Amino acid sequence: MSAVFDILASAGLWAAVFRIATPLILGTLGALLCERAGVLNLGIEGIMTFGAMIGWLTVYNGADLWTGFLVAALAGGLFGLLHAGLTVTLGLSQHVAGLGVTLFAASFSYYVFRLAVPVAGTPPTITPFQPIAIPGLSDLPFVGPAFFVQTPPTYVAILLALVLAYLIFRTPLGLAIRMTGENPHAAEAQGINPMAVRYGAVIAGSALMGMAGAFLTLSAFNSFFPTMVQGRGWICIALVVFSSWRPERALLGALLFAFFDGFQLRLQTVLGGAVPYQLFLMIPYVLSIAALALMARRARVPQALMQPYRRGER
Amino acid sequence: MNKPVLDIIRVSKRFGSTLANDDISLSLGKGEIVALLGENGAGKTTLMSILFGHYVPDTGRVLIDGQQLPPGKPRAAIRAGIGMVHQHFALAPNLTVLDNVTTGTESLWSPRSRRLEARTKLMAISQRFGLKVDPDARLGDLSVGEQQRVEILKALYNEARILVLDEPTAVLTQIESERLFTTLKDMAAQGLSLIFISHKLDEVMSAADRVVVLRGGRHVAERRTTETTKAELAELMVGRTVTRPVRAPSTPGERVLEAVGVSVRAGGVDRLKSVDFHLCAGEVLGIIGVSGNGQATLAQLLSGTLAKSGGDIRLFGKEVNRLSVEDAVAAGIGRIPEDRNREGAIGEMTIWENAILERLGSFASRGLVDRKAAIAFAQTIIDQFDVRGGTPTSRTRLLSGGNMQKLILGRNLINRPRILLAAQPARGLDEGAVAAVHERILDARRQGAAVLLISEDLDEVMALADRIQAIVGGRLSPPIGSEEASARRLGLMMAGEWMQEAAHAV
Amino acid sequence: MRFERREHRSVALVIATPLIAIASALAIAGVLIVIAGAPVLEAYWRILQGAFGSRLAATETLTRATPLILTGLAAAVAFRARLWNIGAEGQLYFGAITVAWASSRFLGDMPSILQIPLLLMLGALAGMALLLVPLWMRLRFSVDEVVTTLLLNFVAVLIVSMLIDTVLKDPMAFGWPQSQPVADAAMLPKILARSRLHIGLLIAVVLALVLAFVEARTVFGLQSRAAGLNPQGAAYAGVPLKRTLVIVACISGGLAGLAGAVEVMGVQGYVTTELSRGYGYSGIVVAMLANLNPFGVVLAGLFTATMFVGADGMSRSLGIPSYIADVIVALSLLTMLIAVFFTQYRIRR
Repeated sequence: MSAVFDILASAGLWAAVFRIATPLILGTLGALLCERAGVLNLGIEGIMTFGAMIGWLTVYNGADLWTGFLVAALAGGLFGLLHAGLTVTLGLSQHVAGLGVTLFAASFSYYVFRLAVPVAGTPPTITPFQPIAIPGLSDLPFVGPAFFVQTPPTYVAILLALVLAYLIFRTPLGLAIRMTGENPHAAEAQGINPMAVRYGAVIAGSALMGMAGAFLTLSAFNSFFPTMVQGRGWICIALVVFSSWRPERALLGALLFAFFDGFQLRLQTVLGGAVPYQLFLMIPYVLSIAALALMARRARVPQALMQPYRRGER
Repeated sequence: MNKPVLDIIRVSKRFGSTLANDDISLSLGKGEIVALLGENGAGKTTLMSILFGHYVPDTGRVLIDGQQLPPGKPRAAIRAGIGMVHQHFALAPNLTVLDNVTTGTESLWSPRSRRLEARTKLMAISQRFGLKVDPDARLGDLSVGEQQRVEILKALYNEARILVLDEPTAVLTQIESERLFTTLKDMAAQGLSLIFISHKLDEVMSAADRVVVLRGGRHVAERRTTETTKAELAELMVGRTVTRPVRAPSTPGERVLEAVGVSVRAGGVDRLKSVDFHLCAGEVLGIIGVSGNGQATLAQLLSGTLAKSGGDIRLFGKEVNRLSVEDAVAAGIGRIPEDRNREGAIGEMTIWENAILERLGSFASRGLVDRKAAIAFAQTIIDQFDVRGGTPTSRTRLLSGGNMQKLILGRNLINRPRILLAAQPARGLDEGAVAAVHERILDARRQGAAVLLISEDLDEVMALADRIQAIVGGRLSPPIGSEEASARRLGLMMAGEWMQEAAHAV
Repeated sequence: MRFERREHRSVALVIATPLIAIASALAIAGVLIVIAGAPVLEAYWRILQGAFGSRLAATETLTRATPLILTGLAAAVAFRARLWNIGAEGQLYFGAITVAWASSRFLGDMPSILQIPLLLMLGALAGMALLLVPLWMRLRFSVDEVVTTLLLNFVAVLIVSMLIDTVLKDPMAFGWPQSQPVADAAMLPKILARSRLHIGLLIAVVLALVLAFVEARTVFGLQSRAAGLNPQGAAYAGVPLKRTLVIVACISGGLAGLAGAVEVMGVQGYVTTELSRGYGYSGIVVAMLANLNPFGVVLAGLFTATMFVGADGMSRSLGIPSYIADVIVALSLLTMLIAVFFTQYRIRR
């Protein structure tokens, strides 16, 4: 028990929680934005992979870190355009199209990466984002090092969650997005073009997914390797349900998951080899599944989620 | 007539091989109420969709106050003062009333929703026209009548001067309809111009100043309501005199089905509350009511897709606890579902597959489907029931609504069912098809089937039923004989009048 | 621009669709090959050479096609009933580890004629079991099975990884995490001597034929199709939706589990976490390329295996990353989706 307490009391844990949470926050926000407009984006896993790769590659080729981040977002947006083309214009099954985008984006990332970086014994690295201490706040005992010494993208992610919450619930555009996800015919009847809204939401959401991936290679780690996204995208999809499609809850949900993840990492080192490490690694996936079971019935799903919209066709 | 606020000039629109609108012109004056009368498929909805910018016309134009409206732009139509009240409400149940009303009313790039101003404005409009709503209520929690109010408020909030209502009374009770038309007349008196789409002659005659009749996509006539009659309009609408079959008198046979105190609870809601009814061989029992009052549950219960939670059902004298679809079909219950496309047939499957799906047992041995027999069965239905537009192996989706209904009727009637359950059997069909469907139902009655007819169409029920019960809020009224039935009496029953009587009696 | 449903689909168009899709995917991937600085046609020629240029290559391609056909069937059966089983990868691993466990612990001494069928059944059962969890969650809590089956893939691989690291670890493997091998008697007979090609391929093809028959001719086939196309209509017609879904899940999960069992018993003899090269995910592509038709699955499985095996050889000689095969396969899923769309709709104006 005291081991558990020691872990909880270490500022390192809480700092790690924010680091682990950042890609989840960004990815969940991205998926949430798409779904609010009525489009399930299962391309997320592949888009995160591509974002991780292209962000890293950009920086590896001499650009600065923020440029890498931006390139990842743009690339994500392009895949979003692809997904929107398939699901919005053609109205294809969002499940299958999303999986197709994931398979394509992931394999394309590996291809580009191998092409750009020849096989080497140790993977090449870049200098990632360094933590920045917020003046004043970071000097507070315990709380300071725990919460206010993070890399810049983490601050960006938290800020984005709040911005998105405001956008969705407090602006006319947000209302248009919500209406499109609930009833695109109603949106159209009010002079909103649901196709355009969906395109915009999917592209913007996918850009966020690209950023989520880039965080992995530009901040959490310093190199790219295949399969590094490790199902984080799918966890984000589960988190969207868990958060009832609300950005502020997505932020809390991601932090909660990250807490369990960070906690298990530390518990692993404390317990050593007594318990197989794989059991710990399973925790996030199992938690996601549990969260889905818990929330699926309660959550108010956007009514038009996964329903293609065709003008004049009801 | 004063200067028209709206002019639709020679509009044509073609979908594939069908000409939905053929050179239609129409004008509307300030403060005027015009009814657009026509059968399903006459082109009413297409014309209004063109007006509202959902569709671009192939030829022709729309003028508002003499200014041409750019085609295919709903936003421009809204800005020009056109408001549309859709038959299937264009509303989002998960959002609040205020959200539903204000969507799209502000610039999308504005950094903040002006909710306070919006609320004030909404309340003012609601006061002015006597349309009471709670702006913060979740829309899905409102009754159908209230939702329609929101739909109208939405148009008024957009400063509509021309209001188009698509079949506004389709989902309303008699009382609600009367109230609606009072409101509409009040709006016209306050200077709004209204078009309402309808195929109900009564309401057209009582509410409209002028009637424009469409048939087969063409403008066939225009009359002032003061200068025409229901009979003339009916003939103009249908284009020929269609005689619906007449019910011959009969003596009911044995009781084949009896329900006493039956309740159904599904999804945490009491859908049917202790209902009593019985069916006799050779007799039609009509259940009249506005949809959404438990009809669907009643139909599901007897078609074997839903279990009762209380009460007794006796089928051919035997107590039945849980009726499965298989049992129902095997017992000789023919079933005509309310929603042809969703329940009655699987569009992507072939006609023969749809013909046998609910009686697979008779067309299979050891788990294998007997295709030959099934195709022959489908062919028999096609021949005997005059199903046009398909062969046994063509996809069912290709059939028109009327022909799909004939297929469904055929597969149920061909084996002479002892009970026929017909839920809204003529909904959405044109006059000719309605007559054919009614003929088949009366045929079944003549041959001794007990028919349960669930309908929201007063004329249909009065024409076909021997006895009539009304369904309101999951309760059934006591039955009345068809000779006692009148539109007024049934209207009162549908409003739940008998419940108050019962309450007084206690 | 608008789309209009086509009222009639010609048979020729339906058959041509996957070919058009594959051709488009190859064309797009060709651009990537050009970017990599290699001649496109030669690259594709070498893929073909690498896959069929020698006896060894051809048998290798057929060997690789075997699990792809099985996972492809798993996906096709499920998708037809609108059960989105994306968990074939995990189910494959469950089948594989079960076989390794049963053969190395209990059944090793049993003669082949008994042991092999028994093991194949156990493998299939393990796959079923893993799919029944998300199906239960869908029926009980209305949880979308796409996400749960995807997440369970990771859980399944971690469980396998844990087992081959601990209780099922092969002590003779110099510390590498791999399972104890199945008994020699459990290895599937070869179709051709001096090759890796084993009777798993025949099993897969026969199962495809059986499934095609079941879908076309049986009551269950008709009911599961109805349930997939229109659940409400199917329920109205008396199709037992839950039971149908459970049976479909058993077939789908069973086929994926079988893929794992066959891979262990036919090729490798033991389980590692590299046993599957994404067969579970590629199976989705195979199924879609086949338009969910079991015969088509055999051909699509062959195509996919050709890409994977051929790209290895091509990659070595032309210096193009062998990931090009994954790109081609993924692209052909996307182009197939689009191609199928245009067999159902036409563009108006």
